Amino acid sequence: MEGSLNLVGYGLAAIGPAIATGMIFAAYINGVARQPEARSVLQPIAFLGFAVAEALALFGLVLAFVL
Amino acid sequence: MRVTQLSQGEGFKPPSAADFDLPPFFGDNAFATKPILLVFLSVILISVFFIMASRKAAVVPSRMQFAGESVYSFIRNDLAKDLIGHEFLRFVPYLFTLFTFILVNNFFGIVPLLQFPTMSRVSFPYVLAAITFFVFHYVGIRKQGPVKYIREIMFMPGVPKAVYVLLTPIELATFFVVRPLTLSLRLFANMFAGHLLLLVFFLGGEHLLMGALGLKFVSPFAFGVGIALTFFEFMIQILQAYIFTLLTALYIAGAIADEH
Repeated sequence: MEGSLNLVGYGLAAIGPAIATGMIFAAYINGVARQPEARSVLQPIAFLGFAVAEALALFGLVLAFVL
Repeated sequence: MRVTQLSQGEGFKPPSAADFDLPPFFGDNAFATKPILLVFLSVILISVFFIMASRKAAVVPSRMQFAGESVYSFIRNDLAKDLIGHEFLRFVPYLFTLFTFILVNNFFGIVPLLQFPTMSRVSFPYVLAAITFFVFHYVGIRKQGPVKYIREIMFMPGVPKAVYVLLTPIELATFFVVRPLTLSLRLFANMFAGHLLLLVFFLGGEHLLMGALGLKFVSPFAFGVGIALTFFEFMIQILQAYIFTLLTALYIAGAIADEH
C-alpha cells in the first residue's frame, strides 16, 4: 500500500463541501417541487452556491497534491 | 509496459498521476503528444459535424440537422437566454463553442481506442478558464466603465460600512482568483479522477486475471464495475461541460447586470 496522509486529510476535508453541496441541491429541488415555475430563478442561484461550496473541495484537492 | 510488469509477478502497482504523462509520438517533439492531437481531432470533428448539419438546412430537418439544432437551441435558449437576458445573442457563439469543445474532448475519455480525456491535463482547462476570465471582465468593463465596475465588485451596495473590512477582500479574491481557478480545476479534477477511477478498475481486473486461480474468478466483477463506471463517466462528462458553460454564462450575466 502506498499513498500519503495528505489524501486521507483531503478525504476528511471533502466531507464539508459534500454536505454543503447536498444541502444546496436539496433546497433547490424542494423549491422547484413546491413551485415549478420558479425553476429558472432558482437555477442560477443554486449553481452559484454549488460553485462556491465546491471551490473549497477543489482547494483541498490542490493542497493535497501540492503539500 | 504495464502488462509486462504485471506478468512478471510483481505486486499490483496502482495507477497514479504518472499515467497521465504520455510520451510524444514522434521523437521528442513536445507538441505531438496525445492530448494535443486529440484537441485537433476534436476541432475537426466538431467543425465537420456542424458544417454537415447546417449545409442542407431545410424546413423539415434531416436527422443530422435536428441533432445539430437541438444542441444549439439548448445552449441558446436554456442557457444563454434564461441566464444572460436581453443581450444574450452576442455570447451564444462563445458559449456554444465552449460547450461543444469541452463535451467532445470529455467524450474522448470513453471513446474506445482514444480513451483519454483531454481535459485531464490541467493546461487545457487553464486556457479555457483564462478566456472566460477575460471575456467576463472585458464585457463588464465595457458596459460599466473600469472605475464603476471595480467599485461594484469591491463595495457591494446595501451593506453596512463596517462589513466592507471583511467583504472587500473576499469579493476581490472571488472575482480575480477563485472564479478562474475553480472553473478550471473543477473540470480538470473531474476528468482526472474519472480517468483514474477507470484505470483502477480495468488495470486491477487485468491484474486479478493474471493472478492465482481464485483471483481469476473475481476479475469479471472488477471489469463489470469498470463498465458501469464508464456509463457513470459519460454522465459526468456531459454534466461538467454543462456546468462550465453555465458558470461562464452566469459570470457574464453578473458582469453586465445593471445593478449587482
